[in-house]
Amino acid sequence: MYQYDTLDKEFLADRAAEFREQVGRRLAGEITEDQFKPIRLMNGLYLQLHAYMLRIAIPYGSLNPTQMRALAAIGRKYDKGYGHFTTRTNLQFHWIKLADTPAILDELAAVDMHAIQTSGNCIRNTTADPYAGATAEEIDDPRVWSEAIRQWSSLHPEFSFLPRKFKIAITAAAKDRTAAKVHDIGLMLRRGRDGTMGFEVIVGGGLGRTPYVGPTIKEFLPVNRLFSYLEAILRVYNRHGRRDNKFKARIKILVAALGAEEFARQVEEEWAKIGPEGDLPDTEIARIRGAFAPVHFDTLVNRSEIFEAAKAADPQFARFARNNLREHKRAGYTIVVISLKAIGETPGDATSEQMEVVADLAERYGQNDIRVTHEQNLVLPHVKLDDTPAVYAALKAAGLATPNVNLISDIIACPGLDYCALANARAIPIAQDIARTFADQDRAELVGELKIKISGCINACGHHHVGHIGILGVDKKGEEFYQLTLGGSGAEDAAVGSMLGPALPAGRVADAVDTLVDVYLRERQEGERFLDTFRRTGVAPFKEAVYADAD
Amino acid sequence: MPTRIKLEDGQFNLVEDPFTYASDDEDLPRGDLIISLTRFQAEGERLLSEGRSVGVRLEPAEEVEVLAYDLPRLSVIAVSFPKFNDGRGYTAARLLRERYGFKGEVRAVGDVLREQAGFMVRVGFDAFEPADGSTPEQWAHAARRHRHVYQRAADHRPPAFAERG
Repeated sequence: MYQYDTLDKEFLADRAAEFREQVGRRLAGEITEDQFKPIRLMNGLYLQLHAYMLRIAIPYGSLNPTQMRALAAIGRKYDKGYGHFTTRTNLQFHWIKLADTPAILDELAAVDMHAIQTSGNCIRNTTADPYAGATAEEIDDPRVWSEAIRQWSSLHPEFSFLPRKFKIAITAAAKDRTAAKVHDIGLMLRRGRDGTMGFEVIVGGGLGRTPYVGPTIKEFLPVNRLFSYLEAILRVYNRHGRRDNKFKARIKILVAALGAEEFARQVEEEWAKIGPEGDLPDTEIARIRGAFAPVHFDTLVNRSEIFEAAKAADPQFARFARNNLREHKRAGYTIVVISLKAIGETPGDATSEQMEVVADLAERYGQNDIRVTHEQNLVLPHVKLDDTPAVYAALKAAGLATPNVNLISDIIACPGLDYCALANARAIPIAQDIARTFADQDRAELVGELKIKISGCINACGHHHVGHIGILGVDKKGEEFYQLTLGGSGAEDAAVGSMLGPALPAGRVADAVDTLVDVYLRERQEGERFLDTFRRTGVAPFKEAVYADAD
Repeated sequence: MPTRIKLEDGQFNLVEDPFTYASDDEDLPRGDLIISLTRFQAEGERLLSEGRSVGVRLEPAEEVEVLAYDLPRLSVIAVSFPKFNDGRGYTAARLLRERYGFKGEVRAVGDVLREQAGFMVRVGFDAFEPADGSTPEQWAHAARRHRHVYQRAADHRPPAFAERG
């Protein structure tokens, strides 16, 4: 991963010192909570239902073992021994004391980490393909561009008080694992006919109260013009985005109001005025590329006898291999996805011990590289097939070998009413109910890829709009109800799901999902995922089955 | 006489303000004035011909482009922050400096807090009317907090990529 130089380190040290001083002023009573709020929100510190929550940035989801161990240590020392990986690929600690935060930020800075811009109306953490550098599908490594964006957006003097938060995703593979089309800006790296690289620029996607799949405003932006173009988009948004209503303040509302064509025209006009002056020199992009630690691959054959023998000997390992391994660009290597969706546990949570196990494995078998996915799982991107039985055994001992990646129990859920002051309903217990209903692994595999996403309120942090099955918690006269949507997708075939019917009480959600799955198994044609069947049949058979049950 | 914090040659000092603010509905006092864009458009010509120094107070929704041809005759642009988190003023200041080469004073007025010092200096503000009672020393401290910056802006500090050479 990217190696910080002295300058990057001094930047973080200065930031940590600044926050220490600000917290000092708050603790000394020099400023009120109201005055402190905007300050702490610049540093990822939220006041939640029970305590302060500190959100730590994991830029483009990339971590080394030292950083993972530091997170584990912070969890043990200042929290309750665990942390929560988020859909922004960040890590949250939910039980933090204000007085401890300066020390935590110092400990983070010591391992090149921070909480800058994990909250507030600024440019947030960029998400990138978690398989970057490991998948054969990509045309370039999106982390290089993500790191350049991280630096450019850090304490940006013009764009730190935008109308609303701002999220960018980058992918360089045809298969989109970043939900780029539902971001404020989605960048898809492409190669032009003449072999040069450029970005397809998608602007104004988003979830929340008014979900949109973002339109493409530029088909091919030459890569060396990225930063002037981003500046143009952000400037048009900063000046013209709505500030009178926070629910209409995201860029998607501006793009929808102007129309994609007019928005694109305004960006082009501003971009022409900025000119190449606003771009990062090619030499700096090259420097960043060079500052990524080199990965050394051995020359191996495709088939690993050790791997094949382990699969034949242990059906559980074979199941893990089927569901949690992904194809690597190099022969004899694989991408290992570590599910943080153990049945009955909170999606995205990891204990300090588990974090340390993952750190050890990355060090021993995984080229010191760990990724966090927006689906709240972890990835060891470079593991030899020969080593997978050992990795599996260690994961299993730590409760990290749940073989359910992309299956029905691999659920995204926001923290919901258990933690969050905004939530209308609980999300985690619903995820746990569904996971238990599908605890039979054979059945889960039979069902195949099925993405369930759960949000505890309309702000949609659980991305329910883009779930193959989406579940939204609503409050009806003090009771928790759940609205189901079907047919959403956050991938390259992005779509917003459509409503199934009237909301269901908490106790009926898992059963309803079970019914939806039965309809799919009955209706599906050869090779169809749940999503494909739904798109072919429409909502009718699903709706009929769920609400017939109710009568 | 009222004062404001002025940034000159890298120093933050509390300096007397020679300008008087005049609202749209009051009779104009003598001397140098800061007035609204509307009033400037109606009366600016006359005030300038009287030999006064004139500044314009820009509200967030008012865009610097409308002043493009008047900037050389203006002494001050007072950029208004009705709330600290209305970030439009940062774009206004940066365009005044970078795009229009405005050499006069760019002053931050309204909900101006010392936490914003670093950002404001970087986009080209050189005068500040803090709403939180903060001192020039505190502004200097806050503005110099970071040894490095990652972006080009209106303050001509070398960004990280230039420092790295």
